[in-house]
Amino acid sequence: MKAKTSVNLVQRPIRRCAPLFILPTFLAFVIGFVWPFLQGIYLSFCKFNTPKDAVWDGISNYTKAFTDPGFRNAFWNTAGFAVVSIILINVAAFLIAYALTQKLRGANLFRTVFFMPNLIGGVVLGYIWSLIFDGILKNYGTYLTANGTYGFWGLVILVAWQQIGYMMIIYIAGIQAIPQDMLEAAKIDGATGRQTLFQVVIPNVMPAITTCTFLTLTNSFKMFDQNLALTGGLPSVIQDGAKVNITELLALNIYSTYNINKNYHGVAQAKAVIFFLLVAVLAIAQQAATRRKEVEQ
Amino acid sequence: MEKKNQYTPLSKVLTCFFIVLSLVWLVPVFEVLMNSFKLNTFVNLEPFALPNAESFAGFANYIKGMTFGNYPFLKAALYSLVITVLSVALILLFCSMSAWYIARVNSLASRTFYYLCLFSMIVPFQMVMFTLTFTADQLKLNTPFSIPIVYLGFGAGLAIFMFLGFIKSLPHEIEEAAAIDGCGAIRTFFLVVMPMLKPTVISVGILELMWVWNDYLLPYLVLDRTKFQTIPIVVQYLKGSYGTVDLGATMAIIMLSITPVIILYILCQKHIIKGVAAGAVKG
Repeated sequence: MKAKTSVNLVQRPIRRCAPLFILPTFLAFVIGFVWPFLQGIYLSFCKFNTPKDAVWDGISNYTKAFTDPGFRNAFWNTAGFAVVSIILINVAAFLIAYALTQKLRGANLFRTVFFMPNLIGGVVLGYIWSLIFDGILKNYGTYLTANGTYGFWGLVILVAWQQIGYMMIIYIAGIQAIPQDMLEAAKIDGATGRQTLFQVVIPNVMPAITTCTFLTLTNSFKMFDQNLALTGGLPSVIQDGAKVNITELLALNIYSTYNINKNYHGVAQAKAVIFFLLVAVLAIAQQAATRRKEVEQ
Repeated sequence: MEKKNQYTPLSKVLTCFFIVLSLVWLVPVFEVLMNSFKLNTFVNLEPFALPNAESFAGFANYIKGMTFGNYPFLKAALYSLVITVLSVALILLFCSMSAWYIARVNSLASRTFYYLCLFSMIVPFQMVMFTLTFTADQLKLNTPFSIPIVYLGFGAGLAIFMFLGFIKSLPHEIEEAAAIDGCGAIRTFFLVVMPMLKPTVISVGILELMWVWNDYLLPYLVLDRTKFQTIPIVVQYLKGSYGTVDLGATMAIIMLSITPVIILYILCQKHIIKGVAAGAVKG
């Protein structure tokens, strides 16, 4: 009885103010998310230029999306890019974090420097790096968008440079949360540096490893600005009668499909729905994995 | 004396290694800085050479950068600032209020809204971007002063999630005491809850700030670009006109656009790093 009174004591006045507390965010949320999302699902089954002239078209947009060689190319690009960047970024970020949490002169300064690229926007980063890559490749008589391989690895380097610092911060937080007495116990028991790393540190930072792995995974799948500004998907070739942008990732492919002409608006929206389902599955897998980890602890 | 000995030979080697690595890390920024002082032709010809007597342009590039390309840089910077400040302010104010409501009122509506927010966090922008553009256009959300409403809507998920996580850890008793002392909901929130939320306000504020300031696609699609552009839009335009625009002046623009962010970073480093760690663990 008492608990109920005290809950009502706080709840009732808040409820009375509901329009003030919840309505502004809710309205903006409907405008900025709910309505565009629902409309997006509907339009993915339509032929349209603008939502006003939409005509129901069944699943033909999805058929076109799945048979588009450019979309398949973008999917494999994204998957390959995700695998390479997950491994590279996490290994590098963890090693740097581990080194910086040891007694090291200047550790804070190094941390500051490594994190800095995160504050620069993707478009600006893309521009800066395209300048650097073109400057280097010029000495070999070529340029960044001459070859898909350059573009792919260029993007890997750019994103590694940007995200290693970010993941490093999360790993540092994870390593610093390891109880000090556990490390001391390992030392007293005569554990070597290697044993301490693999049997004490790594098992204890597993939550951080899960977080960072899935962050790099979803970041790679959603990558857009850097891709657009670095190569814009170039070079492009004609394959099966369709234009394929070799270095395009999924998000950029959706965008460029929409911009071909108005007959492709529906196809682009269908690709966006497929893309959403893909990202959603990854995110749910992350939640499941994280929860399992939490149960184990 | 004691302190000196704690640096082992290995840690000294590591320090040397990290000094080199840090310098390598700074190369891209240094590259832009250096080229921003060079004449156009030399940026293209010798992108890695230091400015010399022949190629040095002084501050001419910076002066040219102000009235350069298809859109004045200072105007774009001003709109970037307006959009960022308004959006972050709206998100912090309204999302903290909504999160408190959701935390304290246990109704079907508030639970539904919460689950919708969680759901929105896994939806990539590409899913809604075309339709959002049409909606925003119809509702006249295509100016720097109204686009923050779009940011509030699309950014609500993460912000409410982070605020709610913190509010749940706050004891009810303080708010009950305030209620007994005669505080209404509004006064309880702003005088009692809000001050306790300060650390989360800073974390959320920093994450949203980094997002909105650097965002390219949303303003590119939603804003009426004939009238309003932001810094990323201007930079991407200049990138697209590679070869036809003055590269020295472009470098100056890039330098001008990253300098304030880097200064802010150096000043509030502690908060930024804490904010990132907090956002990542929960997100």
